[in-house]
Amino acid sequence: MNFYLSAILLGLGFASLALGIFITMRIFNIPDITTDGSFTLGGVVTSVLLVNHTSIPLTLLIAFSCGATAGAITGFIHTKLKVNALLAGILVMTALYSVNLRIMERSNIPLINVSTVFNSLSFISDSTSQQLIVLVSFSLLLWLAVSWLLKTDFGLAMRATGNNENMIRSLGVNTDRMKITGLALANGLTALSGFLITQIQGFADINMGIGIVILGLGSVMIGEIILKAIRVHKITLHLLGVIGGSIIFRLILAFALSIGIDALYLKLVVALFVLLVVSIPNLKRAS
Amino acid sequence: MIELQHISKTFNRGTANEVNALKDVTLKTESSQFIVVIGSNGSGKSSLMNALAGSIHPDEGKILIDGIDITRFKEHERSKWIARIFQNPLMGTAPELSILENFRLAALRTQSKKLVTGTTEKFRRRVQEKISLLNLGLENKIDQQMGTLSGGQRQALTLLMAVMDETKILLMDEPAAALDPKTSTLLMQLAEKIIREFNLTALLITHQLKDVITYGDRVILMHEGTILKDLNKAEKSTLQVNDIYSWF
Repeated sequence: MNFYLSAILLGLGFASLALGIFITMRIFNIPDITTDGSFTLGGVVTSVLLVNHTSIPLTLLIAFSCGATAGAITGFIHTKLKVNALLAGILVMTALYSVNLRIMERSNIPLINVSTVFNSLSFISDSTSQQLIVLVSFSLLLWLAVSWLLKTDFGLAMRATGNNENMIRSLGVNTDRMKITGLALANGLTALSGFLITQIQGFADINMGIGIVILGLGSVMIGEIILKAIRVHKITLHLLGVIGGSIIFRLILAFALSIGIDALYLKLVVALFVLLVVSIPNLKRAS
Repeated sequence: MIELQHISKTFNRGTANEVNALKDVTLKTESSQFIVVIGSNGSGKSSLMNALAGSIHPDEGKILIDGIDITRFKEHERSKWIARIFQNPLMGTAPELSILENFRLAALRTQSKKLVTGTTEKFRRRVQEKISLLNLGLENKIDQQMGTLSGGQRQALTLLMAVMDETKILLMDEPAAALDPKTSTLLMQLAEKIIREFNLTALLITHQLKDVITYGDRVILMHEGTILKDLNKAEKSTLQVNDIYSWF
């Protein structure tokens, strides 16, 4: 059981990243893979700051800002330098590898005897309960915050930018600036996942972000399959579906491992699973 | 009101596909004037409208609105004065947002979109009132996604959205071309009503010769990037469909 519980914890940790991917992919229709770099950046910054006894709220803020800056750079390259969004993301992701190494000055930083967001609840003795409480409240806050944002006038303009760019431009929105802001927000959220995951696993690693973008994609799509099944269009429920998707994704991976699939094949399983999730709706439509 | 001074625009300059879309076009409109623009395909009608809206920028010439030089203004900066209806009825609305949310954005055309929730009860009622004028029964469906509506419904809503915020100029590029004859007539009547009620300066591009007779205070014929004919209200009132047909 503990095995599945830790899968749920990881799922909650990755929920922020999934929301970030939802914003770029579904709201803006931009395939952004800065994610791999900004996730690691979030983790790397967190580990360095925590080891140097920075307070947790400040660490969170800095991690978010770093991710947001990376996203804004991708947005700038895409909108102002007119580079294809996918390539812009690859460029920033590649550059971030060096940046991350420079920040860490080695390839791995363990968080030993360091106070993290989880043991700040020291009145609860059980560390798993601590993690669960922190992660659930964190995800809940995040859900409320992003839901609120997307329902404001600014959020509506953001959603319209990805939905009908011509229309929203004629309604007075600078769509370039909107895309830069959106990519910044998404990668800030991604960095928050790096912030959480680093503290869940107890270390930051230069390679922790490799292929992480697929986790977000998978989570978003699982969420959409659920919502389609229950026929819901509300944006708040959509976001909840994405968070749920992140948890379900982790549970499925845990199940795959528990039935004896070699951990060596984990990424292969992930890729095949996402392929399955992506193609099922298309096959249904074709038939 | 609107002043175009010696506007020229060439696409694909220096290549085999060079097109002189607009050649030294000068046009001055009066306030609250409803102008119908006609001309064969490729005559420069849409380029004229795009230049006004800011989706293309002229190579030469100046554009003024109320005496303000807006030649270098970007499209979103011109939205302060200009609302636009496209030929494709799907282009004026965001399909995944609800009717209410589309109207909210339209109501903020000239204002900044802030971090506040604007889709309040009061705003809902305002939208419902507006939409009930259409008699399409949509006022009770304002939480429905725009994408679930028909082209005619969406185009009618786009027209209403144009006057949710302060507007001076309404640009319409064959707004009814994709609609069936009945819906098309209803839409044109709605457009006429809105233009008069809000005292808008309007430009209508159309291929429907009977619309040229029915609507507007002035008619302009474009040909190969220039204004070939320009008829005022009195001259326009004597026009017959056959006269216009003979121009093509």
